[in-house]
Amino acid sequence: MIRLEARSAPSRLWSVLSPLVALAITVAVAATLFAALGKDPVRGLEIFLLKPWSGLRALTELGLKATPLILCALGLALAFRANVWNIGAEGQFLVGGIVGGGLALLVTTAGLPVNRWLFFPALVLAGAVGGMIWASVAAFLKDRFNANEILVSLMLVYVADLFLSWLVFGPWKDPGGYNFPQTVNFAAATNVPRIIPGMRLHWGFALAILGAVAMWVFMFRTYRGMQLLVGGPAPAAARYAGFSARVALWSTFLISGALAGIAGALEVAGPMGQLTPHVSQGYGFAAIIVAFVGRLHPLGAVVASLVLATFSIGGELAQSRLGLPAAITGVFQGVLLLALLGCDTLILYRPRWSAR
Amino acid sequence: MSELALLVAATLAAGTPLALAGLGLLVNERAGVVNLGAEGMMAIAAVTGFAAAFLSGNEWVGFAAGAVAGAAAASILGWLSLWLYTNQYATGLALSLFGGGFSAFVGAGYVGKSLERKVVGGIPGLRDLPFLGPALFRQHLLVYLSIALMAALAWFFYRTRPGLVLRSIGEAPESAHALGYPVRRIRMAAVLLGGALCGVSGAYLSIVYAPMWVEGMIAGRGWIALALTVFATWRPARVLLGAYLFGGVTMLQLYLQGKGVQVPLQFMSMLPYLSTILVLVVISRDPLWIRLNMPASLGKTFHPGS
Repeated sequence: MIRLEARSAPSRLWSVLSPLVALAITVAVAATLFAALGKDPVRGLEIFLLKPWSGLRALTELGLKATPLILCALGLALAFRANVWNIGAEGQFLVGGIVGGGLALLVTTAGLPVNRWLFFPALVLAGAVGGMIWASVAAFLKDRFNANEILVSLMLVYVADLFLSWLVFGPWKDPGGYNFPQTVNFAAATNVPRIIPGMRLHWGFALAILGAVAMWVFMFRTYRGMQLLVGGPAPAAARYAGFSARVALWSTFLISGALAGIAGALEVAGPMGQLTPHVSQGYGFAAIIVAFVGRLHPLGAVVASLVLATFSIGGELAQSRLGLPAAITGVFQGVLLLALLGCDTLILYRPRWSAR
Repeated sequence: MSELALLVAATLAAGTPLALAGLGLLVNERAGVVNLGAEGMMAIAAVTGFAAAFLSGNEWVGFAAGAVAGAAAASILGWLSLWLYTNQYATGLALSLFGGGFSAFVGAGYVGKSLERKVVGGIPGLRDLPFLGPALFRQHLLVYLSIALMAALAWFFYRTRPGLVLRSIGEAPESAHALGYPVRRIRMAAVLLGGALCGVSGAYLSIVYAPMWVEGMIAGRGWIALALTVFATWRPARVLLGAYLFGGVTMLQLYLQGKGVQVPLQFMSMLPYLSTILVLVVISRDPLWIRLNMPASLGKTFHPGS
């Protein structure tokens, strides 16, 4: 029988190996599933994992998909490290998209002449404000009334979703849109500038990478960042050192909310160019998986975002090329996180054979 | 008058899935395990139950399949968190994300299919009473079974020895372990039972309440059921009461619409979520009150022999 024995110190090796083993398990599950569905597993994996990486256009699409994931996951990594459970990044993403999209809509309908490079920072700011507003609701209710932040931030996702739906079915609906629930197409000047002409990848991707570097500096090279991180593994020590749990709660919620909101605004004024009821493809939830797979590390979040973006594009390709439901992406995302949590046990424990 | 009777009846029907899931989660949490995977387990069970009912033509086969699917999904959380010592919150969350994806994948072939709508018989003799008949006695059998379940759980928790053992494991697993109780196995049993009940709840939604399968049809009910256990301060009768309260809020939106109240549909649909937040705020205001009522080991990992 195998028994788990606590290690005297966390294993650094397994901390790095665990996501790789989890990924291998997910790939094995994927191959089995393809075979069980009567598809050639080799071809299935090729379409699912390699096709999203072949060619410049595919790579730019990958970066485009990874952008919102990186931004959301950066904030969540910080929050989870500080033991603050913001599960509502999806809602903060949506409100950021609403505020950013609202700004673009205002410029469009008023016919304001704007410079694309001046509008870009305004859009980012609008998204950040929207995300922060939504995040501060959960932070306030936790701070003032001790209401569970997991459940409150989750409930706010449904509220944000319904609010967006009301806007695009109601006051913000395109009058000339044949009654479809969507806004008018935003003016070209409000669209996020693209990096390569003809490709959808925009400068938001560069912003996300910059954000990852900034988050790394904040987490590991500033006193304030360290204050936040101590509260996670050692709340008593943090209290003793005079680091406030309230400051950690508010600052992590506001930062993660702002980042999710920016992601939403970039998505709306980037590839979409209008508001619809389906602004997010579950980026806020997928970012939770990204944060964990990326070891709650800013640079890990970038790598993990590319993995999840691969799954996402792979799922779309599996639908068009293999006739499988695109929802297969969600299955693999879930398997990846469950496998990762199981593998993470080996960081703190060592398996031992015992006689009985 | 007859309108009020219909409102009461609709409240019972809408509250029952919350009651079933809430009672299941209560069993988990009384044993010290918090299962944030409720939403995912219900989704998996809803699609499994629907498929089973669709293929067999028998709704009870569907409920049974839903229970098995819910328990199977819960066993993932049980195994990971009890034997591999994973964080219960993260694992539950992972289960919910997995359940959302898995149900959408499996259910892709069942979208748009519908079950034959059954005429609900209700309770013979009582169903024809004026007012009370249409209000209370023309419900699906599961509605009455969930009330019986509440009574059975209250009796089990507070009047039986195994119930006492289960509660003590939720309060002080180390002490229970020292007394020789198999803490992890009992917790696993509680997790499986909780999963099965969430499963029946999910199957009820897709077979009786909707009755159809659509992606995302659980619509946060798993999370609301989790909030219910807090609202109920972990007592069975209050879970049932809370479930009907939320059922009533859900029905209120339809009622107000029928009355021609001019509020956009989306704002009405926000009501259950906003009420959940309100309830959490009111009940959590006093941290001491929560600490006194919450199973002391809730969410904490138990290491035998440490």
